[in-house]
Amino acid sequence: MKRLKTIIKFYWSVIRRPSVHYSLGFLTMGGFIMGIIFWGGFNTALEFTNTEEFCTSCHEMRENVYAELQHTIHFTNRSGVRAKCSDCHVPHDWTDKIARKMQASKEVWGKVFGTINTREKFEAKRRELAEREWARLKANDSLECRNCHNFEFMDFTRQSKRASEQHSTALANDEKTCIDCHKGIAHQLPDMTGVEGW
Amino acid sequence: MKKLIITTLVMAFTVSWVQAQENIATLRGDTSLNQQGTPPVMPKVDNEDIKRKRNYPMQPPTIPHKIDNYQVDLKTNKCLSCHSRKLTEESRAPMISVTHYMDREGNFLADVSPRRYFCSQCHVIQTDAKPLVGNEFIDIDDLLNIEQSQ
Repeated sequence: MKRLKTIIKFYWSVIRRPSVHYSLGFLTMGGFIMGIIFWGGFNTALEFTNTEEFCTSCHEMRENVYAELQHTIHFTNRSGVRAKCSDCHVPHDWTDKIARKMQASKEVWGKVFGTINTREKFEAKRRELAEREWARLKANDSLECRNCHNFEFMDFTRQSKRASEQHSTALANDEKTCIDCHKGIAHQLPDMTGVEGW
Repeated sequence: MKKLIITTLVMAFTVSWVQAQENIATLRGDTSLNQQGTPPVMPKVDNEDIKRKRNYPMQPPTIPHKIDNYQVDLKTNKCLSCHSRKLTEESRAPMISVTHYMDREGNFLADVSPRRYFCSQCHVIQTDAKPLVGNEFIDIDDLLNIEQSQ
């Protein structure tokens, strides 16, 4: 304890003391440039963890959820727009993104200890994992859906009768949010017994 | 003599086989085996949501909407998320008929009978594709009318 105190005291005095050898310009400019490099590097690394290549580098993702996504309209479609993993599963806003990335450290734990490293284990966990995503999307009013699908820009006349009826009522008056009806649009559904609306 | 008969028979067979080959209508059409034919344009699925007439009383009603990627398996049944008894009030979709709740002895069950679980075994979508073969089906009412007028 005493040792720790002396160490802290030493560094505190170092930080407080004015620089003897380096100019103020060098320190401020150096700090600024290092800041840019660190910040840029940090964000680049963060962005890399948002790529499809990164997500599908693990067999847990590649052989389960990624394989299922490939049959859906979010993977391939007439206009060639793809929603990749992070578009739906990682918030775009910086603070929310960092919060989600911190939560993802649990997923690293899962990877290391092989929580879902076989198809059977994944199937057994599917409901739990799905429920977590439904709850997240319900809580943020399907924000990740709305990053692309803006309610204001919807043309009900171009929708089918059923779709426009639901969107102009339940969705328009905020009774329901996207995920309430559009579950299992990108991945297979778990056993849905007891889920509301199923 | 024997040789001659066999040769003639074999030749006759070959000729008739080749002729038959030319007459067989295949999905491949006239495209030769080492060529890749142009596939026909994929027809559009009717998504009008308007109930269609049944051609006879026992006909399973056809589906008037798209069912792309509807999951119907051991885990869940997407169709029933609108058409089941409990959910028709909210969805306003037609309820699956009572026969779907009966076992084969005619006993009523609490939920959909397993033998009626896989919807698309009987119920199908309709596309705007032109029929490949003609159809001479006559509605029973029309048939009775014709008979009465005779």
